[in-house]
Amino acid sequence: MLYDIFVDPFVQMYQMPDFFLQVLWEGFVAGILYALIALGFVLIFKASGVFNFAQGIMVVFAGLTLVGLHENGVPAYLALILTIGVMAVLAYGIERIVMRPLVNQPDIILLMATIGLTYFLIGFGELIFGGEPKRMITEELGLPTGSTAFEFGERGLVILQHIDIAAAVIAILMVGALAVFFNKTRIGRALRAVADDHQAALSVGISLNQIWAIVWFAAGLVALATGIMWGARSDVSFALEIIAFKALPVLILGGFTSIPGAIIGGLIIGFGEKIAELYWGGLVGGGIESWFAYIIALIFLLFRPQGLFGEKIIERV
Amino acid sequence: MNAIVTKESLPEPRPASERELLLRVDNVSLSFGGVKAITDISFDIRKGEVRAIIGPNGAGKTSMLNVINGFYHPQEGTITWRGEVRRKMRPYEAASQGIARTFQNVALFKGMTTLDNIMSGRSLKMSRNFFWQLLWRGPAEREEIEHRRKVEEIIDFLEIQAIRKTPVGRLPYGLQKRVELGRALAMEPELLLLDEPMAGMNLEEKEDMSRFILDVNSEFGTTIALIEHDMGVVMDLSDRVVVLDYGKKIADGTPEEVQANQAVIDAYLGVSH
Repeated sequence: MLYDIFVDPFVQMYQMPDFFLQVLWEGFVAGILYALIALGFVLIFKASGVFNFAQGIMVVFAGLTLVGLHENGVPAYLALILTIGVMAVLAYGIERIVMRPLVNQPDIILLMATIGLTYFLIGFGELIFGGEPKRMITEELGLPTGSTAFEFGERGLVILQHIDIAAAVIAILMVGALAVFFNKTRIGRALRAVADDHQAALSVGISLNQIWAIVWFAAGLVALATGIMWGARSDVSFALEIIAFKALPVLILGGFTSIPGAIIGGLIIGFGEKIAELYWGGLVGGGIESWFAYIIALIFLLFRPQGLFGEKIIERV
Repeated sequence: MNAIVTKESLPEPRPASERELLLRVDNVSLSFGGVKAITDISFDIRKGEVRAIIGPNGAGKTSMLNVINGFYHPQEGTITWRGEVRRKMRPYEAASQGIARTFQNVALFKGMTTLDNIMSGRSLKMSRNFFWQLLWRGPAEREEIEHRRKVEEIIDFLEIQAIRKTPVGRLPYGLQKRVELGRALAMEPELLLLDEPMAGMNLEEKEDMSRFILDVNSEFGTTIALIEHDMGVVMDLSDRVVVLDYGKKIADGTPEEVQANQAVIDAYLGVSH
């Protein structure tokens, strides 16, 4: 038993390095995708101090809008642009109808509002697009399909799916763009100001409405990217909504306010999950993948509640 | 308590009541549900003066400031700002029209550094277009540098160079108040509202703050309306004083006049501290 836990997995890693590499790659891709979801949460959290429950459904909604438009004869790229437009309208609507009346309310009220928003989007989405899963228009968008196999060692083989490579590249570009946007423009400062203190932000002339609309739009864009990437691996369906919960351990790990934290957190969860599943999963009959992330998050909560990169909670009393 | 710097030490005394009108409050009433916070108050603030609003706890002083900068909308009465009667105004609109303020319980952005906090006061002075900034960094960068220079001037002025990069959450209370003043100054306001700028400070800090307030007033010509409990400070700093009690105005005039007013003595100054 002890041998199975502490020795055997490492022996396997050593004996079959190609398989280990494959596992690492799978972990990397899963991690990137988790990071993309977590990113959407971080944006909203930074600007309003609220865990945006609706991020998961926004992913589904964006994906369905894209596919739905294409099904109705809109060319793929035009559909993409229109979907971006829809996310902008959605952001404006959320700010106008949900957020604006709730300025200066406790965070818990805003959280409840995002839960309400979730159920609205589920109902609204089903009304328009129906409940069946849809196939993501991967090829039509010019995203690569197929895979490449690399020889590794004497007779090893590592297979990389092209769509996974594309996902990684897009995620990295997206993170870069967001980092510049929020760190190098004044909106980044305004964003942090709004998150810290609504009243003080208003008093220096920052318009909460504008900031919130922009942030929700950015979260909408991230949701769209996430929807395309996740959709390409499975289908676009309302079941995707639960990936929102996978973002929670990522956020606890990385810190709720940190964009790099979301990336690193996502990667740790991604790697950890895959490695644990494939090397240790057999010992408990498999299925580690579904709960492993939460265990890591729990351990982190005990020792580092603000996450790896979160802002340390400073309170002078 | 007497501050070292007083009005008398400044070159020329200024008859405040004859100066140009900046803001006038007419018959303003404000209530929250059944609670009347302010009842039928009228007073004015003139250009370049230091106007104090005093009164016992719960007199409606902070509510009055909140009405002026748009956090509260009074049910009755009007506010005339630079000759224009204001209807409902949102706080960020008040900010864009030159009204800055500080808060009773320091409202800083705690996770941000002193520098960033003060920079946030420049938000309105920067170009409004975010996306343009993203596309073409050149002009935005030049703009940023220009604002940094202004902010550094303020940092020098307030003598807080040493804490420039410190997250303000870690600073002692007195310095936080100073940073908050800096953020308000960064807006280059026409009217500066200070809500108890010296609350919780020791003697030395109070003297520093008094000096800064007078310097802001004389060097930048900023009009100041302040709420303060320390009578010594109020009498030394202000040109004119309005006294509130239970949401009503009970006196208005120069510090000397107010001090001699029997209603004020009964309500406020008569109480030994």
